[in-house]
Amino acid sequence: MNDFFRVAWHVVRKDMTVEIRSKEILLTTLLFAVSVVLIFSFAIVREGRAPDDVAAGILWVAISFAGTLAMGRTFERERYNDTLRALLLAPADRPAIYAGKLLGLLLLLGLVEIMLVPLVALLFNAPIFAFPGMLIALLVAGTLGFAAVGTLFAAMLVRVRSRDTLLPVLLYPITVPVMICGVRGTAALFQATPDEPMARLWMGILVAWDVIFVTLALWTFEPVMTE
Amino acid sequence: MRKLTTPFIGLSAGMLFVAPWIINAAPYESTMGLVQKVFYFHFPAAILFLASAIICGIASLRFLFFKKPTADAWAVASAELGLLFGAMTLVTGPLWARKAWGVWWVWDPRLTMSLVLFLIFAAYAILRKYGGPGSDKLAAGMALFGMLNVPFIYVSVNIWRTLHPMTSVVPTLPTEFGIPLWFCFAAFTMLFVALLNLRATLALHEARVEALYLDEDEA
Repeated sequence: MNDFFRVAWHVVRKDMTVEIRSKEILLTTLLFAVSVVLIFSFAIVREGRAPDDVAAGILWVAISFAGTLAMGRTFERERYNDTLRALLLAPADRPAIYAGKLLGLLLLLGLVEIMLVPLVALLFNAPIFAFPGMLIALLVAGTLGFAAVGTLFAAMLVRVRSRDTLLPVLLYPITVPVMICGVRGTAALFQATPDEPMARLWMGILVAWDVIFVTLALWTFEPVMTE
Repeated sequence: MRKLTTPFIGLSAGMLFVAPWIINAAPYESTMGLVQKVFYFHFPAAILFLASAIICGIASLRFLFFKKPTADAWAVASAELGLLFGAMTLVTGPLWARKAWGVWWVWDPRLTMSLVLFLIFAAYAILRKYGGPGSDKLAAGMALFGMLNVPFIYVSVNIWRTLHPMTSVVPTLPTEFGIPLWFCFAAFTMLFVALLNLRATLALHEARVEALYLDEDEA
């Protein structure tokens, strides 16, 4: 078990070192997420006022779009530099490599969300400081469920033709339950009168899906990545 | 199994031919009237839709974890049947809902997740068609995740209060409604088994031809 976390940590550190030097994925993903939010605001803001109760939906759409972009890029980099084979040849558990990749992606998306959430709150009047703990928990759990499936699929897609178009096509239908829980839970917090028990209920369902998705992904990573 | 294909197709064709008369002979349901008769096709299609997701998932499991190359053929076959029966479910459902509930579609858990499962099958088919070499394992992983939706779709109506009837409706059905229902169910199931067999056999032949080509290239 100790080995598992050591390997995962090494993979995270490797990915972070590459990312800190180039900043490519962070900057492109962040700019893309901001663009998505801006397109939404142009599409739905009428007479200078945003409609009520749209903030949660826009936030999660931006997260899922940006997340797809980021997960595509993390494995594209491995493919481009021909390092994926080296990574898989390493004498380490495959699930640990998966966990490292997933953690790296979560860190990146977390950074993006730190800047995205205030922006959405500002443009669409979302009360993010009403229940900050619950909001953070929902964001973390939702991103985890989404990224757990996304990391697995992006890794598998490396060997497949037309991977850039296929990733969202495969990923979105599978992760719909996570998106529904995330949006509903966040919307309950962003209402005019926040409904914390409702958010807690969605949080519970979300955690259940997270457990299922992460377990299944850890379990299938080994056979699908074996030649 | 393969010997059964022809009799199954013949029998199910005959049964589906006489099904309209049997459905016509069943009594009218007291509140919904004529439109309730959609049920005799909607229920079998929906059950086989879910069954194809389970078959696809189990076949993919065998393919991925037990390295059974032939299991992949069954996964392909059941996924395509899932698309077919899913389309039937999603067409007959709104036809019924328009009359019974007054709307074509509501976003209740069962309807939403059925649509999502249909989209998963569609994505699976696109992946198989355009993914090229190496996509079979990814498709199998996809099928495993898709299978997760089946229990959720099945129990969703009993957990949430929704417009869709609960699962307890079918076992408590009066006999005069039950006869046409199980008649249609048997007809569709035989059709399903026959098509599954044919498509899986075709996929196995395709795989063999592919292997022969590769051998020829290497020689």
